[in-house]
Amino acid sequence: MTITAFPTEAVARAPRTFMQEVIEDTPGGNPRLEMCIQCGTCGGSCPSGPDMDYSPRRIFAMIEAGMREEVLRANTFWYCVSCYLCMVRCPQEVRITDIMYTLKRKAIREGYYRDSSASDAPDFSETFVDAVMKYGRSFELGLATRYHLRHHPLDAIKLAAGMGLNMLRRGRMDLTPRRINNLDQLHAIMDKAKEISQAERAQIGGGA
Amino acid sequence: MKYTYYPGCSLEKNASAYHDSTMAVAAPLGMTFQEVEDWNCCGAVEMMAIDKMQAYALISRNLALAAAQTPPGQRMVAPCSACFLNLSKCDAHLTKDPSLAAKVNQALAAGGLHYTPGRVQTRHLLEAVVKDVGYAAVKAQVKRPLYGLKVAPYYGCLIVRPGFLEKFDDHEYPTSLDVLMRALGADVVDFPMKAHCCGGHMTQISEEVALGLIYRLLKNAADYGADVIATICPMCQLNLDAYQENVNKYFGTNFRIPILYFTQLMGLAFGMEPTRLGFGKEFIDAAPALNKIGVEPPERSKPERPSKDALPMPVMPEKE
Repeated sequence: MTITAFPTEAVARAPRTFMQEVIEDTPGGNPRLEMCIQCGTCGGSCPSGPDMDYSPRRIFAMIEAGMREEVLRANTFWYCVSCYLCMVRCPQEVRITDIMYTLKRKAIREGYYRDSSASDAPDFSETFVDAVMKYGRSFELGLATRYHLRHHPLDAIKLAAGMGLNMLRRGRMDLTPRRINNLDQLHAIMDKAKEISQAERAQIGGGA
Repeated sequence: MKYTYYPGCSLEKNASAYHDSTMAVAAPLGMTFQEVEDWNCCGAVEMMAIDKMQAYALISRNLALAAAQTPPGQRMVAPCSACFLNLSKCDAHLTKDPSLAAKVNQALAAGGLHYTPGRVQTRHLLEAVVKDVGYAAVKAQVKRPLYGLKVAPYYGCLIVRPGFLEKFDDHEYPTSLDVLMRALGADVVDFPMKAHCCGGHMTQISEEVALGLIYRLLKNAADYGADVIATICPMCQLNLDAYQENVNKYFGTNFRIPILYFTQLMGLAFGMEPTRLGFGKEFIDAAPALNKIGVEPPERSKPERPSKDALPMPVMPEKE
């Protein structure tokens, strides 16, 4: 039996909390966020934990306290490297990594990521995704040039002369993107998926 | 054994050494691969940060295409840990969450596709080699054992985690790659950081943080005397190989540890030509390390007995 902290009838009447929003926006079943016992195993296991504004444990406490803006402005989830070490160690089986993805999506949609110390990170994801949408495959050269020229123009030149050239010389980078054949099909699927996402959010509501 | 094959974007170019060596060792291992026709990117770790439904739909297009060309009972293999995780995790979530599956199928229908959750089982290449082929069959193919080559087996994170996917090896301290490398005749060193993260895309978000993550892996392998690090993921290979010089500059170290795919080492042990296995594309030249491979198995030194003056510790009785 799954124990939840929210009796369903009361939930139907009460205004939705930030915590409920996060839970509902996390796919793959109940992420068990309300089961967190604040033990700190997650932060202690996290490879990039020391560089985070708040450890995952603290973020979860802040979510519960309804500190929406502070949570979404943090760099915590952008520094999450998605290695799932916290998740396999969590004694309460909270789906921590999946919750980090939910916070990323929320921070982008609601614009809070701009105040985070990792404010470039969403643009890296977006640039990557743009290429995938356009060609069906990822395109490293296009991604690296576009992303770095925008965010670190001086480093971009160094990168192009160093890493980029070395990659090309070793035959490890394409100069032109590779495309899948049935791009129309991919675009139709992606458009429909976006439509479903938007409809879902309109229904769930909550911020964006 | 026949497999449906999902190479993923990295193996097309950046990790072509992984693809080439996989294809080279397939025949001696008795594996045949049929590539998913017109597969698309799995979205890596980026798509899920942008749009949930699009992320699932993007992965599910691959699953639907794979299902159409995969007879029941045949598995799909992905050599990239990130692709493997996305494909298997998406399938697990669709199976667990029928309303998510319904929405994904609504999106797929716009492209004339449909996917039944659970239809295509995905395995990582290492799991397929270890479980389906088996250590004994690998050992039987060894013609030029990797005697004397000290290998640090590096698993990274996504092949053994998260836990709910019933991974085939331990989450914290996996051993399958250790046993496989030993079957090739290699001298496997202890590598406590073997399942820690290489940083993934962190090199692009904050190079400072990323270099710290890469440094601790290289240092750990060097501390345990590794000649090479064997990897099973294109992202791990790229981070540890291409950023090794940056790590040296940043931390004032002098690491020169080649990062090789486990399939490259298998091919070498099977007696194949290095050029066929994609050698020469690595940033840190593998040649000096590979010259260490001897013709005779190295003599193993007996574990040292503690001196009589040392604190009393439990010791195993010697057999002889």
